[in-house]
Amino acid sequence: MLSEVVRLRAEIERYSRQIVLPAFGVEAQAKLCGAAVLVVGAGGLGSPAALYLAAAGVGRLGIVDCDAVERSNLHRQVIHSEAAVGGHKALSAAAACRAVNSSIQVEAHCCRLAPGNALELVRGYDAVVDASDNAFTRYLLSDACAVARRPLMSGAALGTDGHLTVYCLGDDGPCHRCLFPEAPRPEACGRCSDAGVLGPVPGIIGTLQAMEAVKVVTGVGRPLSRRLLMLDALQGRMHTVKLRAKMVGCVACSAAATITSASLASYDYAAFTGAQPNDAAPPQLHLLRDAERLSPAALRERLEDGEEAVVVDVRPRNQFDIAHIPGSLSCPYDVGRPDQRGNDSQRVVALLRENGIGCAMDMVGGLQAWAALADPSFPAY
Amino acid sequence: MKVNVLFFARSREIAGVSETVLELKAGATSQDLLESLLREYPLLKEITGSCVLALNQEYLAQDEAKALRDGDEVAVIPPISGG
Repeated sequence: MLSEVVRLRAEIERYSRQIVLPAFGVEAQAKLCGAAVLVVGAGGLGSPAALYLAAAGVGRLGIVDCDAVERSNLHRQVIHSEAAVGGHKALSAAAACRAVNSSIQVEAHCCRLAPGNALELVRGYDAVVDASDNAFTRYLLSDACAVARRPLMSGAALGTDGHLTVYCLGDDGPCHRCLFPEAPRPEACGRCSDAGVLGPVPGIIGTLQAMEAVKVVTGVGRPLSRRLLMLDALQGRMHTVKLRAKMVGCVACSAAATITSASLASYDYAAFTGAQPNDAAPPQLHLLRDAERLSPAALRERLEDGEEAVVVDVRPRNQFDIAHIPGSLSCPYDVGRPDQRGNDSQRVVALLRENGIGCAMDMVGGLQAWAALADPSFPAY
Repeated sequence: MKVNVLFFARSREIAGVSETVLELKAGATSQDLLESLLREYPLLKEITGSCVLALNQEYLAQDEAKALRDGDEVAVIPPISGG
């Protein structure tokens, strides 16, 4: 009894600034402390989302991620420390949340969200935060939330743009498929590793996702259902667009849904999105014959032998400025997405050869391969 | 009449601008606007099937031919999936 009084006193002290807030109060704090929220992805969005939910006092917090922390994550994935590089993201994030608030339950799920486990994971919580980084996971998670009837705080960030909305809330709240019934083509989906992302952008969106989760589980305020908030961080602007209600006949969330608790596990998300459940690079192209390509080691040898050759770098100028092969010329080929894996260079070589420059050769694997095989001092990025 | 078009994310990269003004004939609909956009920026075809359109900050169904008025604002909003 006494220990209970001590616990309550400590909780009131910890959450006092929220409890004194007239719009929140004891009742909402009690609901928050009794709620369970699942954060899918412990990256740029999941970092602030999980930290704020833990700090605010969500009773049970689940964190799903199968990746390891990389050095290039640290500029935006602020939940991870330098010491965590190489370790499991889910474990690192869970430890950081426990360090902020030892009075809540934190569950690390070191696995990939997959068709076979999505429903079980989602059903274990009251609300879900989509902090993932790929279309495969976004459709899967939205479908699982539609089937399990769990509200989904969906956030996304790329470059200096951010999106935020709440899916699957109430009777008329749409799901991801109601808005985007057709999956974007993989080449139209930018990845943070190629297109870049400015650190605070996912920070802003992830923080707003935590805010929406707090609102949804406590019933306080007006959740961002049927509205899409778009952040243009460069211009310092936010637009809000009113969205449609559920789509009649939506395959995931309507009365006529064909994606059900029985069928979801066998749905082919890779075929539907044309992508894998991670933000890995699209597969390497094979546009050229072997005789039209040379390995990084072979190029290096020929350059060292003083052979007269022009090395043309087709990456965007800003990537050329990061690092380039000494003596190479910058001629950006800027159709489609920037690519450091040697796909654009194959396109360029094919074009040159079609136009009569028969001596044009492609270096296999692009500058990533150059860094790995020919010049260990070349910075990987 | 003039309609202001806002481009977001991938559509902004394709168009090369964040907004533009399209001149449409009186009585034009949202379908006419889409056609005109694709004539101006053919590469937008890559995303038209998978983006949300908004007319004056309200969702616009792509299969609907909604009458436009001078000064309307249409936003092209492709999904983004990074995180």
